[in-house]
Amino acid sequence: MTDLTRLTIAQAREKLRAKEITAVELTDSYLAAIDAANPALNAYVAVTHDKARDMARASDARLAEGQGGALEGIPLGIKDLFATEGVHTQACSHVLDGFKPRYESTVSANLWADGAVMLGKLNMDEFAMGSSNETSYYGPVINPWRAESSNRQLVPGGSSGGSAAAVSAFLCSGATATDTGGSIRQPAAFTGTVGIKPTYGRCSRWGIAAFASSLDQAGPIARDVRDAAILLKSMASVDKKDTTSVDRPVPDYEAAIGRSLKGMKIGIPREYRVDGTPQEIEDLWRKGIDWLREAGAEIVDISLPHTKYALPAYYIVAPAEASSNLARYDGVRYGLRVPGKDIVDMYEKTRAAGFGREVKRRVMIGTYVLSAGYYDAYYLQAQKVRTLIKKDFEDVFAAGVDAILTPATPSAAFGIADEEMNADPVKMYLNDIFTVTVNMAGLPGIAVPGGLDANGLPLGLQLIGRPFDEETLFQTAHVIEQAAGTFQPPKWW
Amino acid sequence: MSVDLHTVKRVARLARIAVSEEEAGRMAGELNAILGFVEQLSEVDVTDVEPMTSVTLMEMKKRQDVVTDGAKASDIVANAPATEENFFLVPKVVE
Repeated sequence: MTDLTRLTIAQAREKLRAKEITAVELTDSYLAAIDAANPALNAYVAVTHDKARDMARASDARLAEGQGGALEGIPLGIKDLFATEGVHTQACSHVLDGFKPRYESTVSANLWADGAVMLGKLNMDEFAMGSSNETSYYGPVINPWRAESSNRQLVPGGSSGGSAAAVSAFLCSGATATDTGGSIRQPAAFTGTVGIKPTYGRCSRWGIAAFASSLDQAGPIARDVRDAAILLKSMASVDKKDTTSVDRPVPDYEAAIGRSLKGMKIGIPREYRVDGTPQEIEDLWRKGIDWLREAGAEIVDISLPHTKYALPAYYIVAPAEASSNLARYDGVRYGLRVPGKDIVDMYEKTRAAGFGREVKRRVMIGTYVLSAGYYDAYYLQAQKVRTLIKKDFEDVFAAGVDAILTPATPSAAFGIADEEMNADPVKMYLNDIFTVTVNMAGLPGIAVPGGLDANGLPLGLQLIGRPFDEETLFQTAHVIEQAAGTFQPPKWW
Repeated sequence: MSVDLHTVKRVARLARIAVSEEEAGRMAGELNAILGFVEQLSEVDVTDVEPMTSVTLMEMKKRQDVVTDGAKASDIVANAPATEENFFLVPKVVE
C-alpha cells in the first residue's frame, strides 16, 4: 500500500471525495508516523489520538453523505500557541503548566468548521520567542534535514519549529504557525517547506497567546504552495472578537495559482545584499530572479533605505509589547504557582521559575525600554522608525512594484546548541534580518524553497506583497516552485 | 546607555521576576549587548515623523455597549492553581 502520509492536501482532498481512502485511514497513518518519529524529532508536545480518530470518523460520515467542508478529513498539527478547547495549550512554557483552555481559537475553530482533523499540538519556542526552537520548555525540535553524510542534529528554525519539522517529516498534512518577526518563514526555509505570513489583520488573533500584539499573525506551513493557499483560505476570516481583524472577504487563494506573471513588476531591494551573506544565498537569489524573468515578469532594482533599522526597532517594539502581554502570568489565574512569603514574592518566584531564559531577557528589555525616562529614547524612537520602514514599502508599491523578491534567511539550518548563537543573543536575532521588515510594515510574506545548498540543506526565497495581496504571492511563489521543485528529507528517524 | 547590576535588579523588580545575584550579573551583560545593538536607531532622522500606532489603515471597530458574554465563572477559574467558590485565592494582602 502506498504511504498515505505522502499525499499533499490537494491530493488527499481528491481521494477522500472520490472515496478511494477514508479520513480514518489517513488519520491513522499520520498517528502511526508521529508515534514512530516523535521520540527522535520531538515535533509534537501532545498527540490527541482519540480526538483525531473521533474527528476523522465524523468526517467520513459527512463524506459518505457527499457533504463536507474544504478540509474535510485532512489531518493537521496545531502550534501550541493556539488555544484548543480541553487540549494542552501552554505556548511551550513552564508557566502555563497544565493549562487546558475552555475555548477554541478562531483560527483553529475555522479549520474544524471546514472539516479538518486535529492530530495534536506542535512544539515551538517558548511564547514564540526564538529562532531555533531551543527555548521550548519541552526541549528542542530536531530538523528532519541533515547535511549530507553527517548525523549532526540541526535546528528546524523557530519559533514555529515543530510545525515546520512535522510538515517536512510527513507527520501532518499541514500545520498552523505564527509569525512575529519571521517565525513562519524562517523555519519553512530551514525545512524545505512553504510558509506564509499573511497581512496583519487577515487572520484573527483571538485565542492565540499574545507575544507582540502589533506584529503577531497566524499563517500556515505546508508542503507546497497550493496546500498553503488551501490552508490560508480556511484559517483567514473576519472576526468580531479581534478588533484588528480586517473587514475584507477572504479570496479564493488557490485560484491565483497558475496565473501568468506577464506584465508583473518584481522589485529586488539592494539593501538586502548584506555583508557576510554566503555566496550560495546570493546565487539562489539570482536564480530566483532568472526564474521570474523567464516567466515574463519585469525585474526592477529598488531601494528600501531603512531596512537595516528594522531589526533593532523590532527588538524594542516586540519586547515592549511582550513585557505587557506576559504580565498576566502571575500564578493567580492559570498555570504554575510557586508559593512565596507574600503576594509579590509569589509573583516573583512564579515568574522566575515559569519563564525560560530568553523570555526573561525579553520581558526585562521591554520593561526597561518602557520605564520612566527611557520611553522617548527607545520606544517612541522605534515606532517612528517603524513609520519610515512602512513608508519605504509604500513608495515602492506606489511606483508600480507588485512583489519583492529576497532571500528568506541569511543561512541554512545551523546546529543544535550552536555555541556562537548561545553566547550572543544578537547573533541569534540576526536570523530574522530578511523577514522582520515585513512584520514591522504589516505586509504579507511567503517563504518558498529555492533549492539545496552544497551540503544538501534547503534554502528558501521570500516574496513580499502589497497589503492583502496574498494572491500575488501564491501566484509568484508557484512559479518559483515549478522551477525549483519540491524537497523532501531522506528518512533517517 | 549601559545598565549596571543595580538597574538590572530594579527592572527585575518592576517585571516581577526574582533574580539571583549571579543571574543579575549575566543579564546585565546580555541586556547591554541588546541595548548596544538597538543604539543605532538614534542615528535615524525622525524629524516630523509620526510614531506608528497601527500598521493597517483602518477605523477603530466599535460595537454597542451591551453585555454579550458572561455567566462563565466556573470556566474562568477552572485553570487557576487555587480557588474557592469561584474566587481566585491569593496570599493575604491586607493585615
